[in-house]
Amino acid sequence: MNFDDTPEEAAFRAEVRAWIDANAPKELHAELATAGFGSGGVKSVDPMAASKAWQKKKAEAGWACLHWPKEYGGRGASPIERVIWGQEEGVYSALSGVFIIGHGMCGPTMMAYASEAQKRRHLPPLASGEEIWCQLFSEPAGGSDLAGLRTKAERAKSEDGGDDWVINGQKIWTSGAQHSDWGLLITRTDPTVPKHKGLTMFFLDMRSPGVEIRPIKQVNGQSGFNEVYFTDVRIPDAQRLGAVGGGWGVSLTTLMNERLSIGSGMSTGFPELFDLCSRIETANGLAVDDPAVRSKLATWACRQSGLKYTGFRAISALSRGETPGPENSIGKLVAGATMQDIAAFALDLQAEAGIINDPEISAANARFQAMLLRSPATRVEGGTDEILRNIIAERVLGLPADIRVDKDVPFNQIPTSGAR
Amino acid sequence: MNFEFSDEQKQLGTEARRFLEAKCPPKAVRAVLEGAQPFDRELWKGLAEMGFLGVAVPEAYGGLGAGYLELCVVAEEMGRVIAPVPFSSSVFLATEFLLVAGSEAQKQAWLPKLCSGEAIGTFALAEGVGAATPRTLKAAVNGGTLTGTKLPVADGDIADFVIVAARSAPGSDERGISLYIVDLHGAGVTREPVATIDPSRSHARLTFQDAPAELLGAAGEGWSILSQVYDRAAILTAFEQVGGSDRALEMARDYALERMAFGRPIGSFQAVKHMLADMYVSATLARSNGYYGAWALSTGAAELPEAAATARVSATQAFQHCSKNNIQVHGGMGFTWAFDCHLYYRRSNLLALNLGPLSQWEDKLISRLRARNAA
Repeated sequence: MNFDDTPEEAAFRAEVRAWIDANAPKELHAELATAGFGSGGVKSVDPMAASKAWQKKKAEAGWACLHWPKEYGGRGASPIERVIWGQEEGVYSALSGVFIIGHGMCGPTMMAYASEAQKRRHLPPLASGEEIWCQLFSEPAGGSDLAGLRTKAERAKSEDGGDDWVINGQKIWTSGAQHSDWGLLITRTDPTVPKHKGLTMFFLDMRSPGVEIRPIKQVNGQSGFNEVYFTDVRIPDAQRLGAVGGGWGVSLTTLMNERLSIGSGMSTGFPELFDLCSRIETANGLAVDDPAVRSKLATWACRQSGLKYTGFRAISALSRGETPGPENSIGKLVAGATMQDIAAFALDLQAEAGIINDPEISAANARFQAMLLRSPATRVEGGTDEILRNIIAERVLGLPADIRVDKDVPFNQIPTSGAR
Repeated sequence: MNFEFSDEQKQLGTEARRFLEAKCPPKAVRAVLEGAQPFDRELWKGLAEMGFLGVAVPEAYGGLGAGYLELCVVAEEMGRVIAPVPFSSSVFLATEFLLVAGSEAQKQAWLPKLCSGEAIGTFALAEGVGAATPRTLKAAVNGGTLTGTKLPVADGDIADFVIVAARSAPGSDERGISLYIVDLHGAGVTREPVATIDPSRSHARLTFQDAPAELLGAAGEGWSILSQVYDRAAILTAFEQVGGSDRALEMARDYALERMAFGRPIGSFQAVKHMLADMYVSATLARSNGYYGAWALSTGAAELPEAAATARVSATQAFQHCSKNNIQVHGGMGFTWAFDCHLYYRRSNLLALNLGPLSQWEDKLISRLRARNAA
């Protein structure tokens, strides 16, 4: 057992470090290091321009989407090299937030299901950040119950006699739709069969006529999520991913990647809290010297460390060319709830002034206030805490699936909220 | 990075599991719990024959000469079956004290016997209710003899010798504490078993009246040695706790699959599934933190104190969490003497206090994190 780099890994790390040192936007370092959680990163410059510039620079030098094959804009790097890159990129990785969905979920799905020509057309600009992708899955009627979605796709002939699909419906919670050039879209193509069997996956140009994007104002005032409306939007059949009726299987590929990418190295807020406790006074002196504070800190330290080393176990498995075990599924569940608890506690330490949400006044640039107002979303997005517990219980522990009363019922006969 | 046990180490774990499942079924734990004998002598003999009592002890002293990773693997299996033997006292404590602080003669005298199972060793710190600190310890050595009372002492009624933390100089400073080896078959020793929350592991009150005591390590270094050995024992105990957590979770899972209510297995209800998922989360965090400890112990890393406290806090919380919810999943049956749930519940709460309470380890963890941040 060791944490040491192999000679090859050490050489790779040195190369990465040297390149980052020579090329990273160092003028943004301080701002990125202290940016409020969920605030979208930098304010001194246009955040999208800064993100795209860094991604482009990385892509040109072969440092974008390291694990993708070279012909699709990646580096063909090993999993361990990808991890090393992440460790070395450090705070600059915050600039990549806008690309996470595309790189982590849409790209791998395209890689698995798109034609060779489509992969060569779409993956390189996705890797380089020139094109941004979003994932159009959740709907008002189907979030946790994703297969309950209703956005309709119907076959039609195009003007030149080709095969088209016409899309009508609505998606919601679409991260980054307002910035996106392309989207991965799951639709219902057959409402007369049970719900998992009538779904079909497509990708589409987000500027297609009939696509309307409305940002959703969130609890924290930001608008990372959107509603996306589809009115008679046309998609060529060539942009279908997988078989007609095979969309559920395709979506599982996407979601598997979602949970892997979201779950790895998630922030709990612990290092920031520990730092705060080492500086802030309570009625009993320095917070970190207060036994009540220490007990809470110890529990959170163990969660932080447990997640870190669970990740290391997964990395070790990847390093050996094995599939990581199911233990990785705990990442988001633990990190989300821990961050929410830590945020509330960090405000408590600031006493009455904990309510103040102003970087000029609040401790730590108001990052704990930002955490408090953002963390509820972490426990919902990408699988709610409850869905994640179901996954652990069913897929890891082997407990029976929930009884699904709608499982074998044709979709158009399933009772819905509005129908009573 | 290679943060995983090797195939050979996993193989050792498989062998240990096979052996322990055969030799240490729940009825063996019950035999000790219900008072037939203070520990399972047959099992102890078997463990010695397998070499498990000296996994990390150099061959020159009669051990296997393997390493601490191997010992961690065996400890986890001991924890899975909550073995009713003095393994932690003799292997994690007595052996480690001798390896860390023993003179060559002391090592030669005791280690081969500990490895062969011929002698059982233990360690005594507490002196009754409340925290044991350099300020509170009253047992004292004067002119080579020990006088005082130690309570509770794990395996104090069955051990052949005990390492005692006692006052060697007046004052409240930790420099006033030294360690001594006391032969429990010698003069001036009285032992009485005490009732505990987990009678499957015996504990005693040891009363010393001018008992001959031999210094272990340098005079005045007792507290510092104790702290080092406790860190090592905390990591090894964490593996016992991880093994126990896993087994308690499995018991709960198996029962949830088999027990029907409202026409379906209770494991199909989300309230039960989510409880089990949370137990899995605790057990997984504890295991990963345990690996961190194992790495630090096996490499002698500078992070050892921090890793030990992390592994200890995490594993204590996980085993308590899994063992209490195992009873909850079993419902009323979980509260019966006949079901095995209470064996794990008892052991989890016993291990939570052996080596000092959770609050002390939480406190150590934060002190150590601070020290690292300051460095």
